[in-house]
Amino acid sequence: MIRLFANANYDFIKWRRWAFSLTGAIMLVGTAFLATRGLNYSIEFTGGTSVQFEVAHKVETGKIRAALDNVGLRGADIYNFGSDTSYVVRARLGNRASEGDAGTQAVADSVAHALDQSVGEGQYHIAQRQSVGPKVGRELQGKALMAILFSFVVTLIYLAFRFEWRFGLAAVIATAHDVVATVAFISVMHLEVSLVVVGAVLTVVGYSLNDTIIIFDRVRENLRKFRRQNLYEILNLSINETLPRSVLTHGTTIATTLALLVLAGEVIRPFAWVMSFGIFTGTFSSIYIAAPVLLWIEKRWPGQDARGARAFDPRATIAPVPGASVTSPPPPPRPPRAPQPTR
Amino acid sequence: MGKIRSRLYLIALLVVASIASLIPRNVTMRVPDKDSGRMKDTTVRRVPIKLGLDLQGGIHLALEVDQSKGPVPDCADAIQRAEKVVRTRIDEFGTTEPVVQIQGRCRLIVELAGEKDPARAKGVIQRTAFLEFRITDMKNTFRDALPAMDGALRRAGVKSRNPSAPSAVSQLFGDTTKAQQKEDSADANAAGVLSSLLFQGQLPGEFLVPEEQWPLVDSLVQRPDVRGQMPRGIELRWGAASESRGARAYRALYAVDSRPIITGEELVKANARRDQVTNQSIVTFQLSRRGGRKFGQETARHVGDYMAIILDGRVQGQPPVIRSQINANGQIELGTKPLQEASDLALVLRAGALPAPLTIVDERAISATLGADSIHDGIVAGIVGVLLVIVIMVGYYRMSGALAVAALTLYCLFTLAGLAAFGFTLTLPGLAGFVLSIGIAVDANVLIFERIREELVHGKSLRLAVEDGFLHAMNAIVDSNVSTVLTALILYAVGTGPVQGFAITLIIGIIASMVSAIFVVKTLFLIWLHRRPDMVTLSI
Repeated sequence: MIRLFANANYDFIKWRRWAFSLTGAIMLVGTAFLATRGLNYSIEFTGGTSVQFEVAHKVETGKIRAALDNVGLRGADIYNFGSDTSYVVRARLGNRASEGDAGTQAVADSVAHALDQSVGEGQYHIAQRQSVGPKVGRELQGKALMAILFSFVVTLIYLAFRFEWRFGLAAVIATAHDVVATVAFISVMHLEVSLVVVGAVLTVVGYSLNDTIIIFDRVRENLRKFRRQNLYEILNLSINETLPRSVLTHGTTIATTLALLVLAGEVIRPFAWVMSFGIFTGTFSSIYIAAPVLLWIEKRWPGQDARGARAFDPRATIAPVPGASVTSPPPPPRPPRAPQPTR
Repeated sequence: MGKIRSRLYLIALLVVASIASLIPRNVTMRVPDKDSGRMKDTTVRRVPIKLGLDLQGGIHLALEVDQSKGPVPDCADAIQRAEKVVRTRIDEFGTTEPVVQIQGRCRLIVELAGEKDPARAKGVIQRTAFLEFRITDMKNTFRDALPAMDGALRRAGVKSRNPSAPSAVSQLFGDTTKAQQKEDSADANAAGVLSSLLFQGQLPGEFLVPEEQWPLVDSLVQRPDVRGQMPRGIELRWGAASESRGARAYRALYAVDSRPIITGEELVKANARRDQVTNQSIVTFQLSRRGGRKFGQETARHVGDYMAIILDGRVQGQPPVIRSQINANGQIELGTKPLQEASDLALVLRAGALPAPLTIVDERAISATLGADSIHDGIVAGIVGVLLVIVIMVGYYRMSGALAVAALTLYCLFTLAGLAAFGFTLTLPGLAGFVLSIGIAVDANVLIFERIREELVHGKSLRLAVEDGFLHAMNAIVDSNVSTVLTALILYAVGTGPVQGFAITLIIGIIASMVSAIFVVKTLFLIWLHRRPDMVTLSI
């Protein structure tokens, strides 16, 4: 049998400061991007009109831009979508938002007019068209934010119920880290923030939580099994024990996400990018954020047996692998590996 | 052995149920009949999975009551009544499986799959279609009030911006009545701002305004001080289209009774046709018996008067003179407009008027080709993703991995069946969610297999290791999946259309993966162990 990271014995928690610095640096870059460039909201959120159209022969984007300027849509974006002959024109509502839905209609008409002028009436085929009023955009912004916050609250309650509030809090902090990191990634990559991308962010939330819970479940079990070890050791043991699973599951998920990224077409690509990044950050945060934060919480607000507090007690013997440590009570003996090979 | 058998029965039952819900079946659809252009019911055989608009193309509209011209007190009630009207209109309009539903309190969602002409669909949905008949201002009370209105404007300091000699133009019409001469002389004295822009038309209550001036005139007559001078029982309505007299284009303004003699509520039938003689597009209509009686009485009283036919506040064509009592039948002339426009008008008249004008707050149109491309790409990505998962699982876990892959096919079957059975819609993000969930679905198996390996390493016997592996992995699987379902539920509650599709696919996928990864794989293991009682090492 092939075994990856069997009996792995890495001191993950030791690297927590490095991990915090690394993620802090990433956040800093992300925040800088967010502050300077902001997020590239789709018109679902800003209100406005976007038209995706296809032409038989390449058109100068400059010509389209000039026509858009002509009808007074100066801030409009034009970009290729997937291929040379497929374009997207996107005009946000901007200061017409105050005119309400009449302004939205005016922008939509202007875009249609500009396309007729520059590309030629009937010379293009509209693949997708969307017009959103300012009210709907504002509603969606609020809803997206609500969804993410609400998912935190629900998770916190569920984990407090199934584990303990300390675990729940640590898991939520790790997940919040993933949301921030993912938003930073979206900003750096300049991905368009559409509803589907918000959906991807929420999926990342679910995925990252899922991963954290797998490790915490092992922590819970090991805390019962090994009464003498401190939390530092238990955390390391649990992460190491779940390492093969992490590698396998993330491997299969990354495989399907990459298939989506490469093959599933332009519409789903932002979703696939966010998911791919989310799998990385979710895995990272489960190990390097959730576990150290749990340790820190236990130290600040010790639980019943205060094993988190003991973790940094110099008198306590720190044995990175309690299972192999001589000072620990006899754990279930680890016999030599099962006879190989497979048939 | 009996345990295995009952498990197999249960799996067989699930598989049969899944396949049954996916068998192509006859579905009744309304499609336009090529010969008559009307809608008819047809049965089509197809796999009963609903495709979202982003996969099959179509338009999605979100409508709200238009509040820009004054607030509507009870928008929920208005939307509810509008929903009925829009549904009736859409049913006749000619799309298969239209969706008309109220979202929240005051928003109406309309989805038309496969619709190619969004502008026309929008026109049919948004048209208020409020039809009314009013007698024109036969006593010329409006014209007599014009000097007072001019006076009000003069007091307000409004100056005529265009002091060109209006009398020269008005002589073009050749019907210089006494009253108009008086008006002209008034112009000569004071050049009334309003009256200098209005020219008496051919019939009482009709005025013509040069096309380029009509927005100005409209803003003047909307002024409160001008409206204060308006004679009682008289309102102004613009003509629907401009008409040319000589070289210039004019817009007609009609002074009409504020009380309609009848409205479109009493209308029972409306049909479009082309008039053989004049080659005009016309809509003929028939009133209900009660409406016909009322109409008859009113028209009998007004023989010799002119009757304006007003649709959505605009006068259609030139008001005809009432020659004799009219009963239940009438017609609206649309001039040279295409017949399709006439048939759309007939359609909305049949369906009835909207209780309030609707405004579009969100609109998206997706072409069918883009949808077909999306399906194709999504399926290719799905197949490649599945192959990669198979390679990883079988490569790493060998025989056990193969069992997991076998269960994965059942997982795909269950998920699709779940979508079909509950009538959920498959969207593009849903397709992506499905592909993604294949990667996640094996997680439960990975957890179990790793657990079995650990138990084996701890020296447990093969059978006990398998048993304990499943048992001990349970906690982690349940907790992690429940939390994912919780976030998916939130996504469903908050999201719209495509995102809801994604959440649904994710939830069904998780449930299906629990069944296939835990129950099905366990059964396969049991069979395997039963068949090979002498087995000492597990291919895992």
